[in-house]
Amino acid sequence: MTALSTPVTAPPAGGPLQRLSNLLYRKPNLYLAMLLVPPLLWFGVIYFAPLLTFLWQGVYTYDEMAMAATPDLTWANLLALFEPANYDIILRTLGMAIVVSLASAALAFPIAYYMARYTSGKTKAFFYIAVMMPMWASYIVKAYAWTLLLAKGGVVQWFVEQLQLTPVLQFILGIPGVGGSTLSTSQLGRFFVFVYIWLPFMILPIQASLERLPPSLLQASADLGAKPAQTFMQVILPLSVPGIAAGSIFTFSLTLGDFIVPQLVGPPGLFIGNMVYTQQGSIGNMPMAAAFTLVPIVLIAIYLSIVKRLGAFDAL
Amino acid sequence: MTLAVQFTDVSRVFGDVKAVDRVSIDIQDGEFFSMLGPSGSGKTTCLRLIAGFEQPSAGSIRIHGAEAVGLAPYQRDVNTVFQDYALFPHMNVRDNVAYGLKVKGVGKSERLTRAEEALGMVALAGYGDRKPVQLSGGQRQRVALARALVNRPRVLLLDEPLGALDLKLREQMQSELKKLQRQLGITFIFVTHDQTEALSMSDRVAVFNKGRIEQVDTPRNLYMKPATPFVAEFVGTSNVLRGELAQLLTGSAAPFSIRPEHIRLQEAAGSDANATDVLVTGLLHDVQYQGAATRFEVRLENGQNLSVSQANNQWQQTAPAFQAGQQVSVRWAREAMVALTDVEGR
Repeated sequence: MTALSTPVTAPPAGGPLQRLSNLLYRKPNLYLAMLLVPPLLWFGVIYFAPLLTFLWQGVYTYDEMAMAATPDLTWANLLALFEPANYDIILRTLGMAIVVSLASAALAFPIAYYMARYTSGKTKAFFYIAVMMPMWASYIVKAYAWTLLLAKGGVVQWFVEQLQLTPVLQFILGIPGVGGSTLSTSQLGRFFVFVYIWLPFMILPIQASLERLPPSLLQASADLGAKPAQTFMQVILPLSVPGIAAGSIFTFSLTLGDFIVPQLVGPPGLFIGNMVYTQQGSIGNMPMAAAFTLVPIVLIAIYLSIVKRLGAFDAL
Repeated sequence: MTLAVQFTDVSRVFGDVKAVDRVSIDIQDGEFFSMLGPSGSGKTTCLRLIAGFEQPSAGSIRIHGAEAVGLAPYQRDVNTVFQDYALFPHMNVRDNVAYGLKVKGVGKSERLTRAEEALGMVALAGYGDRKPVQLSGGQRQRVALARALVNRPRVLLLDEPLGALDLKLREQMQSELKKLQRQLGITFIFVTHDQTEALSMSDRVAVFNKGRIEQVDTPRNLYMKPATPFVAEFVGTSNVLRGELAQLLTGSAAPFSIRPEHIRLQEAAGSDANATDVLVTGLLHDVQYQGAATRFEVRLENGQNLSVSQANNQWQQTAPAFQAGQQVSVRWAREAMVALTDVEGR
């Protein structure tokens, strides 16, 4: 009669670990919760809540006499963003972010294409390391190194002289908005450094998207009569758009938020990042810093919605 | 009669592997031609050579009389249905089907009409707006077929297109493909490792083994008169007997094939054989009931194994229920033996 007295659910055998394991097996949601609660807590408490608190200060009032913020709600800070001096900073940063993203995509695509389609084994490993190695070095060291490379009498200028191209360089440096007295104090030099620093963030996502492209799709395209250029425009490019979009989200947002490169390379003139740093660190105007912090967030949100509307994620 | 595709001494070498080794084939215009063989036998490479995805290391390939070696895939009047269908995931079904017309510069209204027509041909009219991911495997396969046919190729290449479908769907697609080929009258070159598929659909079949063709023949001849031991064993099931036993039974040491269903099993004592029949005794060591037939494995005195298959129908006298472990006689007509040519080690 032991069979009848045995409960339907067999008692868990073994020690407490075994019982816990059985419990989690029976209750998958509990398992999921145990997995997710720590990172969500971290994300919420350490990251998200402070960010929101900080952004909320964007509508606080800053008392210049007392050098302190009071929780009297006002639109003044946000409206101040549209004052010419501030608006200039936003446009300068946004323009640079767009140009850097476009140039990175154009430079990264051939490299990513070569990596994905023509390399395997050791050659591929070599390319991965070559692309990522610059990221192992400190970012500030790299930015400083570039100031030296681009400076008057620096390596770049020496090369240009050897190639007898000094007049060309002088001409480029003479273009308003692009040039400056030397490369290292020009908008162009700043652009070079940004592209150099963020390029790996563009190469890797594009490479991943091209890697996922089955070779049979390219063969099918050729088989149906498409010339290589048509296959590129109709099949390869559309299917790598998610990768380009992912990469450009990196380059775009990283440029928007950067405050070190604009400080070290290029002409005077603040970027959004410098402005946040100055408002918060030097002046102590937390509300204005918060207002400026909101700008990249809004810009990226706008950027993402445009990218999505263009159908960049349809092929995902 | 013009030849749709002609291979003359074509080889394709990858490193030191001869994927295709001195192959010559003549494929007639309007023929349903299958390339059959195990994986790695060179059949798919041959198809890719016709499509232009591979270039031969040696030899000549003519498509409708014109030398094709050196031509890129987009310069050839052939279209391929891929094993994985290779549908463009970012285009809907209509754009997938119209793709070939679009890249050739056919006007929008004409290409949409023709795409719709091609979709109708594969019973997918009205599916134009769907994306490939929204279709089942069988439907994707049809889209791939429509995408190739819309270009009105003179030769259609099919690379194991039914491999991913389940049995019922596969059988249905087999008969539809055959019907479509008759209707359109274009040459189909069909690559498969499934001998039943090749036999049931094709006008002629080329059997590939290790980069070479062992036999090109009609399905019936392939089954009834296999030329080599490989063909005998790959197409259907066969007993290939060689050496001393062959010498004893046929008077020649050349191997021969005898199909399991051509052998009769009987009690060891029975001796009502015709004088012309071959009669040998052995040990029945395995009996497998397979539904339509029963398979018996008999070990002859010299150790040779012989498969015997007997249909389980009401006409068949199944009277003595044979048990594994008993001594039996096997008997077959001399005409059922097919002499084979050993080609291994050429």
